[in-house]
Amino acid sequence: MIDISDLHKSYKMGQNSLHVLKGIDFKADEGEMVAIMGSSGSGKSTLLNILGMLDEADAGTYILDGKEIKDLDETKAAIYRNKFLGFVFQSFNLIAYKTALENVMLPLYYQKVSRKERQTRAQKFLEQVGLGPWATHRPNELSGGQKQRVAIARALVSKPKVLLADEPTGALDSKTSYELMDVLQTINNQGITLLIVTHEEDIANMCKRIVHLRDGIIVSDKKVTQVKASQYVE
Amino acid sequence: MFRTLFDRDTWQEIFGSIQKNRLRTIVTVIGVLWGIFIYITLSGASKGLDNGFERQFEQVAINSLFVWAQSTSLPYDGFRTGRRMQLKLDDQAYLMQRVPQLQYVAPRISRGAFGGQAANVGRGTKSGNYTIYGDFPILVKIAAKDIYEGGRFINQADIDNQRKVCVIGERTQKELFEKSEEPVGAFIEIDNMYFQVIGVHRFTGNGGFENDSDVYIPFTTFRKAYNTGDKVDWFAMAAYDNADVVLAEKNIKAALKVKHRVHPDDERAFGSFNLGEIFNKVKGFSSGMNLLSLVVGIATILAGVIGIGNILLISVRERTKELGIRRALGATPSEVRAQIIIESVFLTLIAGVMGIVLGSFVLATINYLTVDSTSLPYTNPTVPIKFILGALALMVGLGTLIGLIPAQRAVSIKPIDALREE
Repeated sequence: MIDISDLHKSYKMGQNSLHVLKGIDFKADEGEMVAIMGSSGSGKSTLLNILGMLDEADAGTYILDGKEIKDLDETKAAIYRNKFLGFVFQSFNLIAYKTALENVMLPLYYQKVSRKERQTRAQKFLEQVGLGPWATHRPNELSGGQKQRVAIARALVSKPKVLLADEPTGALDSKTSYELMDVLQTINNQGITLLIVTHEEDIANMCKRIVHLRDGIIVSDKKVTQVKASQYVE
Repeated sequence: MFRTLFDRDTWQEIFGSIQKNRLRTIVTVIGVLWGIFIYITLSGASKGLDNGFERQFEQVAINSLFVWAQSTSLPYDGFRTGRRMQLKLDDQAYLMQRVPQLQYVAPRISRGAFGGQAANVGRGTKSGNYTIYGDFPILVKIAAKDIYEGGRFINQADIDNQRKVCVIGERTQKELFEKSEEPVGAFIEIDNMYFQVIGVHRFTGNGGFENDSDVYIPFTTFRKAYNTGDKVDWFAMAAYDNADVVLAEKNIKAALKVKHRVHPDDERAFGSFNLGEIFNKVKGFSSGMNLLSLVVGIATILAGVIGIGNILLISVRERTKELGIRRALGATPSEVRAQIIIESVFLTLIAGVMGIVLGSFVLATINYLTVDSTSLPYTNPTVPIKFILGALALMVGLGTLIGLIPAQRAVSIKPIDALREE
């Protein structure tokens, strides 16, 4: 599903150049649930941004679902993002003046799906994350966990190949985090590839594989026994 | 683009962003609204002025002029200075022949028009003093007479037969006849001579010298009744529509000076009044007004549209993060751009339409207040529909152009940077 090799990325900071990714080789198959761990500054978010085509690598190849991603202009990147990828951010990034349902409908709008169809599909995904009754609420009327679940529904509604989550539980307490991981595990079981950036050990252990990054290189990459989040959820 | 335009989400989007900054949006919209309002009101008012002048002159040929005799101021050809001049009936044919610009020449004579003794007009026990004019039918070509139904103006047969017929004014009718009486066909007494009334003319309040009590009789009848011979008090003349009235006036005076043996440089011998020249000046004034209102209006619209561009720039800056989210979710740069431009055009149009409605309302009010006023040269203030459409097109054009700046700004920020912004 994802195949990157020898990925480099550096940022210019005035006179100095900060080399963030120093040759990453990484593969993920369909249906995997990978936790990307590392201390801050290890390059994990940069990696995720490059995978999400929000940022471009300086060197190296990136193949997503058999397609090489290179020479992206903004329009092409937008179309790929819309077709292949779903995003979940630490700060939810919902649009404040739109209801939960409208937020979930948004990616479909850019896929040029008809309004009625958008509505039914968005409602279905909201129900899947357990927020059916909250469809008409605005983000400021929802709790953090609920917001993040709306964000997950929004990421899933366009039926992406890969879901990229940047510290999805970073702003949540542990109980809510486990509920959220339960939702993500269910999604993963339906066959969607998940990449989760986190620095929390317990969250990482709920994935099927953990990749450790330090100073821009992968230092360890091992499969783990998945801890079921459902056992923490009443 | 069209899909974007007709999609409910686009509009939800625009209303969402407008509602977030309600006060600022309203203030900005007022900017454009004010521009178009000024434009509509000004150009409507100047059109009203235009129409008003037009109305003031409608009964008179706009290129008409009048010539009368005065006294010489220079000695010439054996004559002393201060010789009293007198126009003669044969000057008519002479002028027609010598001045090619002239279309009509009507000799006129009167009692009571310029000083002089007005005629005593009576009927039964009622009587009054009214100005009497001796006229030819051709006069109506120069200064139209509005005759009430059932009546007519003097015709050629009246002239040929020296008929004792007269056309009376509205006021004359009111003062000599009872309301129930039919004036046409009745007889009235003018300086002890009986005249049959053939028409009543309506007072139109323009042209300056005539009023609602004037009595017109055939020129030939007049000269017989008052023994004036070939004397003419003044000529009313109309030049051809495309003729130069100033030149015509000069030619007329030159010709008269030759015929009446007056020094060519004598400016006092003949007096004249050139309505055409005055009309042209008035015309020039109102087209100047039109130009001014156009310039002021467009400049004000421009200022308003720039205000909209400004508010959108701020709004784009505030929405950087939201636009970043949208682009992460698959919005292409052109979709983002289209959204901002539509917002700009929408605000401009709303403001424009409101300004047009408000401006029309003000014009309608002014029209309502001045509709009965005959003295104020102000009639039917309108703005041609093509001017309104032009203003709208201009606003949409400017709205798009000014929208391009914030739109370009919105897409120039990378989505990753936009998302990072807190």
